Amino acid sequence: MIWVDTIAQGILLGGLYALFAAGLSLVFGIMRLVNLAHGDLIVMGAYLILVLVTLLGLSPFIAVLVAMPLMFALGWGLQKHLLNRTLGDDILPPLLVTFGLSVVLQNALLEGFSADSQRLPTDMLTTASVQIGSIALGVMPLLTFASAILVIICLNQIFYRTSLGRAFRATSDDPVTASLMGIKPNQVFAVATGIAMIIVTIAALYLGLRSNFDPNIGPARLIYAFEAVIIGGLGSLWGTLIGGIIIGVAQTVGAAINPEWQILAGHIAFLVVLLIRPRGLFPRAND
Amino acid sequence: MALLQTDELIAHYGDFQALFGVDITLNEAEVVAIIGANGAGKTTLMRSISGVLRNAAQAIKFDGAAIGDRPADEIMAKGLAMVPEGRRLFPSLSVEENLLIGAYGRKGEGHWTLDTVYNLFPILRAKRTNPGTALSGGQQQMVAIGRALMSNPRVLLCDEISLGLAPVVIKDIYKAVPAIKAAGASLIVVEQDIGQAMAVADRVYCMMEGQVTLSGTPASLSRDAIHDAYFGAVA
Repeated sequence: MIWVDTIAQGILLGGLYALFAAGLSLVFGIMRLVNLAHGDLIVMGAYLILVLVTLLGLSPFIAVLVAMPLMFALGWGLQKHLLNRTLGDDILPPLLVTFGLSVVLQNALLEGFSADSQRLPTDMLTTASVQIGSIALGVMPLLTFASAILVIICLNQIFYRTSLGRAFRATSDDPVTASLMGIKPNQVFAVATGIAMIIVTIAALYLGLRSNFDPNIGPARLIYAFEAVIIGGLGSLWGTLIGGIIIGVAQTVGAAINPEWQILAGHIAFLVVLLIRPRGLFPRAND
Repeated sequence: MALLQTDELIAHYGDFQALFGVDITLNEAEVVAIIGANGAGKTTLMRSISGVLRNAAQAIKFDGAAIGDRPADEIMAKGLAMVPEGRRLFPSLSVEENLLIGAYGRKGEGHWTLDTVYNLFPILRAKRTNPGTALSGGQQQMVAIGRALMSNPRVLLCDEISLGLAPVVIKDIYKAVPAIKAAGASLIVVEQDIGQAMAVADRVYCMMEGQVTLSGTPASLSRDAIHDAYFGAVA
């Protein structure tokens, strides 16, 4: 029974990693841009929510709604004024610029908030749980997982049901021909990064509610997100959720065997998938 | 005044000059054909007009406005749509989505809607949910034409729409030209197939090595004159 419990916890943890990864997956899928500052942007989102909670006395769940439009605007501006200039045939400039951005963000957060670890204030929700058979599942992990599913459903709806989604896919296929349709690729990219930042804000909420955070934990979140995206297959959103679940389960099973193995087990699972399916589990046909 | 006009249009790809002062005009409700061999500059001319290649502002005028230096998305919004060489359908989009995205930058009041495009090319209605690139070459070309029509353009640029297609399929596709014209668009048709071009065009320009070497109505041009303009006169 302990194994069923371990795996259930791992699946729910996978929801958190899927939230970390969904924004990364979206941006990569549309503009082939790997944002190395993604993890630091999540941490920055957590600090933004903390500031709103502290200054305005809001509940974190209300503060996240205030933070979302701010983060959308930040992502939009970042893409329009900085990252769009780095896009081209060469994949190196965006990597270098986002790497630099990651360093800048970490140090700015360190300046502003010190290296002390912080946490979003939580009420009974954090410790509440529901009993299913003989397994007790935390309400917070369940909420995280449900949010991940909801985010991916919403993204899929945008992608496959709206005019914006068609523009996303067309621009990703062929930006020159897309411009013949009246699409402005740079504008489409800016909106995509803005949407990715909204997901980052949701991920930041759960990051801050479930555990402590400090300015230096961004890169590790980036690696989990990256692994989830690669396992799932680049550009596949449901694949990203599966990827997150695989890492989550590997980590909890590893920890159940020996607590020292938690992080390592996640990375090993990633390497095993990479060995067996180098293009991920659900690769897109036309890449 | 001409609807669309190029004036001493010069175009470069990097250091390579592809057009050496090209003057063409297109009037309202006219079909103009541009013929010429490979490398004559026909596609460069289309890419320049549609804004994929940027030029001097005054080199291209559309409805009196200088558009030579405007980007493709802006030119499309003014009512100048292109069927690009090689069709260029979006592989991630279904046939219907490929058509719908044609109206992204400009809806345009007019004849062309999803329904009227399906009436023009009935086979597409049956294939609407297929990926655009799963169709035969001729059907893909129909999607590419339909996609450009969805914006109800005032000018439709067709770049080598017969390329790589069987003669019977080419005939099918060119059957659509009168309907497109009747719905109110003027056309520029780029062709290597001289017979086809002569059959649909009100006027013909022949290009060679980045310049216009001959122009006139199909009836006024002799076979020999076209031959010389196409391949160069024997010195």
